[in-house]
Amino acid sequence: MIQAIVFFPLIGALIAGFFGHKIGHRASEIITSGLLVAAAILSWIIFIPIAFGSGAGEVVKVEIMRWVQVGDLDLRWILRLDTLTAVMLVVVTSVSSLVHIYSIGYMADDPSRSRFFAYLSLFTFAMLMLVTADNMLQMFFGWEGVGLASYLLIGFWYKKPSANAAAIKAFVVNRVGDFGFALGIFGAFVLLGSIDFDTAFSAVDGAKSVSVSFFGAELDALTIVALLLFMGAMGKSAQFLLHTWLPDAMEGPTPVSALIHAATMVTAGVFMVARLSPIFDASPFAMSVVLIVGAITAFFAATVGLVQNDIKRVIAYSTCSQLGYMFVALGAGAYTAGIFHLFTHAFFKALLFLGAGSVIHAMHHEQDMRKMGGLRKKIPLTYAMMLIGTLALTGVGIPGTSFGFAGFFSKDSIIEAAYAVDGWQGTFAFWSLVIAALFTSFYSWRLIHMTFHGKTRAEQHTYEKAHESPISMMMPLYLLAIGSVVAGFLFYDQFFGKEKYIEGFFGQSIIISYAIIDAAHNVPTWVKWSATYAMMLGFVTALWMYMLAPSVPNKLAKATPFLYRFLLNKWYFDELYDAIFVRPSFRIGNYLWKKMDDKLIDDMIVEGLGRRVKSITGRVVKMQSGYLYHYAFAMLIGIAALLTWMVVAGGLI
Amino acid sequence: MIFANNILTIITFLPLLGALFVMIVPGNDRLAYANIKRIALVTTLVTFALTLVMWSMFDPQNTSFQFVQNHEWIGNVIGYRMGVDGISVLFVVLTGLLMPMAILAGWDSVTKRVREYMIAFLVLETLMLGVFTTLDLAMFYVFFEGGLIPMFLIIGIWGGKNRVQASYKFFFYTFVGSVLMLLAIMAMYWYAGTLDITKLLKVQFPPEMQIWLWIAFFASFAVKMPMWPFHRWLPEAHVQAPTAGSVILAAILLKMGGYGFLRFSLPMFPDASLYFADFVFFLSVAAIIITSLIALVQTDIKKLIAYSSVAHMGFVTMGIFTANVYGIEGAIFQMISHGFISGALFISVGVIYDRMHTREILAYGGLVEKMPKYAFAFMVFTMANVGLPGTSGFVGEFLVLIAIFQVNVWFAAVATLGVILSAAYALWLYRRVIFGALTKESLKSILDMNPREMAVIVPLLILTILFGFYPAPILDTIAPSVEALVNQISQSVGMGAEPILPH
Repeated sequence: MIQAIVFFPLIGALIAGFFGHKIGHRASEIITSGLLVAAAILSWIIFIPIAFGSGAGEVVKVEIMRWVQVGDLDLRWILRLDTLTAVMLVVVTSVSSLVHIYSIGYMADDPSRSRFFAYLSLFTFAMLMLVTADNMLQMFFGWEGVGLASYLLIGFWYKKPSANAAAIKAFVVNRVGDFGFALGIFGAFVLLGSIDFDTAFSAVDGAKSVSVSFFGAELDALTIVALLLFMGAMGKSAQFLLHTWLPDAMEGPTPVSALIHAATMVTAGVFMVARLSPIFDASPFAMSVVLIVGAITAFFAATVGLVQNDIKRVIAYSTCSQLGYMFVALGAGAYTAGIFHLFTHAFFKALLFLGAGSVIHAMHHEQDMRKMGGLRKKIPLTYAMMLIGTLALTGVGIPGTSFGFAGFFSKDSIIEAAYAVDGWQGTFAFWSLVIAALFTSFYSWRLIHMTFHGKTRAEQHTYEKAHESPISMMMPLYLLAIGSVVAGFLFYDQFFGKEKYIEGFFGQSIIISYAIIDAAHNVPTWVKWSATYAMMLGFVTALWMYMLAPSVPNKLAKATPFLYRFLLNKWYFDELYDAIFVRPSFRIGNYLWKKMDDKLIDDMIVEGLGRRVKSITGRVVKMQSGYLYHYAFAMLIGIAALLTWMVVAGGLI
Repeated sequence: MIFANNILTIITFLPLLGALFVMIVPGNDRLAYANIKRIALVTTLVTFALTLVMWSMFDPQNTSFQFVQNHEWIGNVIGYRMGVDGISVLFVVLTGLLMPMAILAGWDSVTKRVREYMIAFLVLETLMLGVFTTLDLAMFYVFFEGGLIPMFLIIGIWGGKNRVQASYKFFFYTFVGSVLMLLAIMAMYWYAGTLDITKLLKVQFPPEMQIWLWIAFFASFAVKMPMWPFHRWLPEAHVQAPTAGSVILAAILLKMGGYGFLRFSLPMFPDASLYFADFVFFLSVAAIIITSLIALVQTDIKKLIAYSSVAHMGFVTMGIFTANVYGIEGAIFQMISHGFISGALFISVGVIYDRMHTREILAYGGLVEKMPKYAFAFMVFTMANVGLPGTSGFVGEFLVLIAIFQVNVWFAAVATLGVILSAAYALWLYRRVIFGALTKESLKSILDMNPREMAVIVPLLILTILFGFYPAPILDTIAPSVEALVNQISQSVGMGAEPILPH
């Protein structure tokens, strides 16, 4: 069954990719989507008994074939199935199948739809290989595979220079993270003796006391390995410092943003830390780093989201911010809470993106919210779906009860877990997240107001012609909306409820730290309400600024020009990186080429020597100017000399 | 058994026989040229088939030389000695594989002196095969240096505008190296009294002498690899060489340096290899970083790929001198895989060069529109060049990096930076050539790959992906011999690949 789930998308990708032009676009669409739906159904068939029936069983491993065997390294292609994988299977295949179906409508006018569907299915395959990996290298395979698919899909409209630039940026920035990931794998192999998950994890205890010296300082080896691995996670999950590619990735078609840059690929980093939780858990320092990076990202991305005007970029920063929440949970030791948020977030963020896609579709590819407004009447169903997504994202619910949208349960779990962490790290993370929750609520409602409410600012013609999307696009929205409503309370027990439920659900597939769960469940009441207060404050502010007193945002921007520009320009990270990495690389490359390679090595040393030889002997002049045959001849003479010597020497001895 | 005993001789000299046939084909008209091409193709195909037969008969578990022939020839100095082990056998197969492709790559584009062209390639094949099959040091030298002659001619006659300057450089570099190697060979003979490689492998040269011998061999192999900063001839040679010349140069000739390190430097001068290891690592890392940065700013497609070859060879030299199984198997794998990836990349460049007669990156753009098959193939090879897992380019790089990490974390960290840079220059190239809008007038009528080009590209594409997912055929073949080599080295100097394991 697991083989079918993983390989159906690959089969679809191959068919659509290689035979798309023969069988036609419609056939490609139906085959890829059909296979994905089948994979999704099978995933749920695996998942439901684990969640509501028997609980976590034995880990299932299916070997496909050998991969790299050298020395002590024995790596095979293995599909591993445990609860953590099952959760990811459900997320990936469900969102992917809905995005496939949605794309049939969204991409209906595109002349190379087969290619698009091939890429989507290829992505899904790589993502499934990632989540079913049984060793770090197969994970790395999936990791790079999704990177490739992401590159191809961001650059899908290859005629747009901005799309090409964004695609390369995404790949290269991710490679910066992969640099750390790769070194982490090497380090794990040296330290733990294996990069098979089970074998490596069992060696963690023995490796706890190992330290390496670093310029005289003694550092804990496990911490270094964990931090290097986390660097990979930061790249893939667009965490602070390595986040710059994600907003640009919005150049890709909107279904891509929903699938890859919201629900699945960007959560790979979260999955990785959860999968490697035994390694991370052994290093308190690495855990603190994860916590703090997550908290900073959650806060930072939310601030940038406040002022963006492109509907997709707002959601992109929101994704970045929500990924920060997940890392805070992981860093707090509440791994299951992080996975819970990953799970619920997949539904409502995919819903928001696909909803935004529906808006963009209605507006003839207009993405600037300043040119929208008043669309509520034109596309009421999309509006309703976006509202549900917003309610879920902002975490609407009543603390202490089981009434609430999906995001309410998972986000509050994380905020409570952050509060429960000891020391300044916990305090920092908690307040960052609460403030981020306020901002989240503000920019989400700002998006709703600017897009759907008030008077329209769109061109009259565009506004008049705005229309609801076809059923193939609306159906996925409905299904995701259901998920955004129910995924929280339905699965709260399994992910972050009573300990016995969590353990029954996850089994051995992840570290379950009872202390932090217990502490999170017993935080003061005001903490439980804090996120809700923040959410309400954000809602009221947005309502005031964008509905009741629409002149306020402009005045505010004028009153604080520096802050406004700072946020609008995303804290100037692109400019900074351009100045310290990109341009210097080209400049150094040019310098090395012209000055060192051409001038020093070639001109001065090699040809310089040549010229000297030339000035000494007149005969060489002929050779210089002359024919290749001369050189060949010289070579022959050399060989002849050798042979002669051999004969003579051989004869003498 | 007669066949098995002589198979290496047959393989090595069959191309020479083909060259003779080519020589005696009468006439100089189109029909004669067509016959000449066919003879050359059939010869190389049969040779390739024989190399596959040889590979299938090869027993990987046996770590000594196989299919051995050993006849005294000139006194007891030079012998006609042939044999392969796990380290050399796959280079023979690689040579066999790429020659028919090289012949096909010049099928239509070479129109002048077709007869000489084919003779040059067939002679070159014999000489290259000889390098990997001979077990006599003097013969090795002859094959090793002799291979340069046909290559000179190929660049000099069928090359581009600045071919004379390029071949001068080629000559200058190799000449210095080969003179030193010749002196070292003489010294070894005086010390050991034999040039039989199997015997030399058992000789323990005194450490001080090893140092000098190592340097002399290094001079030759480092140029051939080429290692930074002895690489400067390569971009020139590649740019000027015809497509098939570039293919053979990148895919096979460069591997002779790596093979030399593995066959001679490491096992015969183990103390010196240990002594110089950090020096080699430094040059390798410098190659990876510096040439990658230079590749980033190139404006000529071939030059860019040439520089990226130097960077990839940096992984090979680094892997070899880690002297542990991961590094050496990784280095060999990287050489084999780079053989068909770089070959494929140069063939790909040739495909568009044949159409547009320019290698300037800026002359292209938006090819995907008219050449979707080409765009796909070029994407796969680009990704393999970047070292994406699932392509053969990944396996070797990964093994080498995991090996160097055990030896020196700092070199490993800097070398791993190469994965970022390679992504940058390769994707930047792809974006400018393949993606973008097709606006240039000259490109509007460009055609996708024809069946002949597909016949060359598709097998390489399949191999690139196959060995990325299933490298076992290569790794299983080389593993026992490499293990034996590593044991031998660690016994003679005690430099094992002991990882710093806590348990």
